[in-house]
Formats: sequence, structure tokens, C-alpha cells
Amino acid sequence: MSSNNNNVRSVRRRKGNRIGYYLKEGFGSVFTHGFMSFAAICVIIACLLIMGSFSLLAINVNQIIGSLEDENVILAFVDDSYTEEQAQALKPQILAVANVTSCDFISKDDAMKSFTSRYDNSLFDNMDSSVLRHRYAVYMDDITLLTETQMALKNIPGIATVNASQSIAKGLITLRNVVSVITIVLAVILFAVSLFIMANTIKLTTVERKEEIAIMKMVGATNRFIRWPFVVEGFILGITGALIAFLFESGIYALVMANLARRYTMTFINVVPLSVVAVPMLVVFLIIGFFIGVIGSAVAIKNYLKV
Amino acid sequence: MIQFTDVFKTYENGIKAIRGVSMELEDGEFAFLVGPSGSGKSTIIKLITGEVAPSDGTVIVNGYNMGTIRPRKMPYVRRTIGVVFQDFRLIEKKTVYENVAFAMRVVGATNKEIRQRVPYVLDLVGLDTKAKMKPMELSGGEQQRVAIARALVNNPRMIVADEPTGNLDPARSLEIMMLLEKINELGTTVLVVTHEKEFVNNFSKRVIAIDNGHIISDGLGGYYDYELEQ
Repeated sequence: MSSNNNNVRSVRRRKGNRIGYYLKEGFGSVFTHGFMSFAAICVIIACLLIMGSFSLLAINVNQIIGSLEDENVILAFVDDSYTEEQAQALKPQILAVANVTSCDFISKDDAMKSFTSRYDNSLFDNMDSSVLRHRYAVYMDDITLLTETQMALKNIPGIATVNASQSIAKGLITLRNVVSVITIVLAVILFAVSLFIMANTIKLTTVERKEEIAIMKMVGATNRFIRWPFVVEGFILGITGALIAFLFESGIYALVMANLARRYTMTFINVVPLSVVAVPMLVVFLIIGFFIGVIGSAVAIKNYLKV
Repeated sequence: MIQFTDVFKTYENGIKAIRGVSMELEDGEFAFLVGPSGSGKSTIIKLITGEVAPSDGTVIVNGYNMGTIRPRKMPYVRRTIGVVFQDFRLIEKKTVYENVAFAMRVVGATNKEIRQRVPYVLDLVGLDTKAKMKPMELSGGEQQRVAIARALVNNPRMIVADEPTGNLDPARSLEIMMLLEKINELGTTVLVVTHEKEFVNNFSKRVIAIDNGHIISDGLGGYYDYELEQ
């Protein structure tokens, strides 16, 4: 029993020693190879800044498209023969249609007021509101289901016709798809580029230590023992790069926001505030920094472990 | 123990380095491996340390079959062999003590074990007073003794020395040879690859002579044939 306890203690001590060694070597190497570490961090910062800036742009474009979509309403006109009360009674049926989030009833009088307010009133002085129809402004959840929603509304008894701006909707959908695809493609390319540059930067530090690695292999070091200090080093570089990139990106974003707010012509742009994007951006940067650092260093060391 | 049975090694570029070598080195033996450049000596060392695998035949090192061993197991075989090279292969930025301790650290030794073992081994090779010096501050002979201390520190079953005196003057070479003999007397198997005819002939140990990939002679109290060099 006591022998078992001693063994367990010995194994723990060895494991603790080893982890201490990995951390000490990893941290030490960041400073020993100062210039290379600096270069690797700069690469990560540059890639994350490009990736982050484009992602933030995409998020804001999506937000603007989203608000434009919200304004893209379907107008459902009620049959001429329906009284105002009968027309209002259609609301539950309209709300029951899939993809409809809300709807506003617009009476003939309200429609006339809205219509005349847009033009010179004197032109429509003698015009009676009875020439118009009661109508509903219907708001959707997903603009891509515009046609289906339009058809479903048309099928409601009492709805005479449904008007929807198909071309605007299609334009918005296309724009959003294009922005999404470009963002994803750029993110993947930049991630791969960062990984490649990071791996090569760490590879340069490993060239200096090739002899040391060969000696380690010769005296019986396992690949894991050799690899871990490099992984720790990559982790430190990745996380440091990510944190600095986050600070830069936040600063740039805040600056751009402040600049936009000052311009009167830009006030219609509904941007996402920094407070909303900051935490997700930090998390994403840290995750990417972590992977670039750790995978990059693991890839860099791979060739030297084959002996 | 080392056991070669009808071993062939052909490299990817077609060079046939070893052609049907069979030999055996028992535990506790001391042997010289001699032969001209390109004879296959280095390939034999590489086969022993697992740097290359045999193309045909069987190589058994301390109970491990080097032809079929899984890469994951290789570090554990290497821990049973201490290797000494002609160019010492010391880490320049580390002190003598750290160079030796490093080999123990690699195999997962605790700080306490390292503190106990390293001074003992440095004393054994006569470097106990130079533990804090860097390799570049030492003479060639002293650097080779550090390399031997590093090879010894994990208490391997065997020391393989590849031209250990190649970079040393005769007096230092003699010291190193005597040190290897002392290590052998303590029970460690020693295989020395060398060109130093005088040592080979004066030490009167087993000599395995190789030429053109074949073992051409193998005998106790051996004699290094001078014609082999030409």
C-alpha cells in the first residue's frame, strides 16, 4: 500500500517536473528568440487586424441589410367590399401565416393621409379616401421567403391583392450572400496564410535549435517532450498577438465609429456599437490566436521529430 | 546486447552500405569497430541507434528489434544506449552541469534525482570542479568527457562512441580511451568506432573490422590491420 502511494507520488512529481520544464522552456524561448517572437506576433496582429476589420465590416453590412429588410414590408390589400371592422378582423389570420412577425392595419383614411402627405395636398383636395383600400403592412422574419409569404397572404379570404417589392428583396438577399461569402473566403484564406507564416516563423527559431532537438532525440526524449515547449511558445505568441490585435482593432473601430457619428450624411447608417462586438471579437481573436500559435508551432516542429 | 543477423542496408540512393553483416556484442563487452571511410561503420552505428532501419535481416539492441520497433517506442530504446560523438554535440549555452542534467530531464527525472546523480557522474569523468563552466571554456578532451558524462548519466546498458578521439590530441585521446575502459569495467557494454590504430592494438580488446559493408575480421585481443586504411 505504502509502496503504491510512493509510486503515485513519484509519478506526480515527475509529471509536475515535466510541466514545469515545458512552461519554463516555452516562456524562456519567447525571450531567447526575441526577434523571431516579435516577428511572429507582428504576423498574427497583421492577419487578425485584416480578418477582424473585414468581419466587422461584414457584421455592419449585415446589420444595415437587416434594417433595410425590416423596412421591406408587404402590403396586403383588403377586398373593397369589407368594412373597416371586417378588415380589422383579418389580423389574426395574417399573423397566423408562417414567417409573418407583425402587421399594422392601415385604414383607407390613414392610407390617404399618408399618400397626400408625400405630395402637394392641393392636388388631392377633392379626392375621397374611398378610392383606396384598407390594407395591412406585413413584416417578415426571413426576406428569402418573400414569395411563399406573399402566396400565403393571397390565399386568406378577404385579401384581394398583395404587393411586395421582389426586386429590392432579391437585391438585398444577393448583397447579403455576397458579403457572407467574401467574409468566409477571406477569413479562411487569412487563417491559412497566418498559419503558414506562423509555422515558418517558428520554423526559423527551430532551425537554430535543430542541434538541440537532435541531442534530445539521441538521449531518448519522446516527441511529446520535445514538442511541448514549442507548443507553449506558440501559445504565448498566439495569445499575445491576439490580445494586441484586439486592442488595435477596438481602437480603430472606436475611431471609425466616432468619425461616422460626426458626419451628418452618414447618420442613416445604423452601426453595431463597440460594446456589442468587443467581447465576441476578443473571444474569436483569442481562439484564432490560440490555434495559429499552437498549430503553427506543432507544424513547424514536425519535420525535426522524424529522426 | 547487440545482435546483427544477416543485416543488409541499402539507402534510397541505391548505395549498399551493409551487405550481410552478422555479429553479436554481449552485455559487459568492450569492442572496437574499425574500417576505412565508407566501409559501413557509421551505418552500423545508425542501425544501433535507430536512425536508420535495416533493409533486410535482424538488428536486436538491448532486447528491441530495430527493424520492427514502433517509432513511439524508439525513445525508450535510446535510453538504454549512451552515444558519444566525435564533435561532442554539447549545447553551448548550457553549463557542463546543465548539459548532463538535460539528458536526465529528457527522460523525466525529478530535480532530486538530478541533484544526486549529475555530481556523481561528473566526478566519475573528472569534471566535478568544472560543473559551472560552459563547453567553450573547456578543452576538447574535457568537452568529450562532458559528452561521456551525458551518455552515462541515465545509466545506459551500453555506450556507443563514434570516433570519440577524432578531434583530440594523443594524450587526451588516451584519457578518453581509459575512461571508456573504466566505464566498461563498471559493467557497461562499450562499442568504440575508431581510426586510432595504436589504441586498438595496445588496448588488446575485441576488434571488429568492416570493409565494403562486410565484416572481414572479428577477434579478441584484436589487431587493426594497417592495410585496411589504404
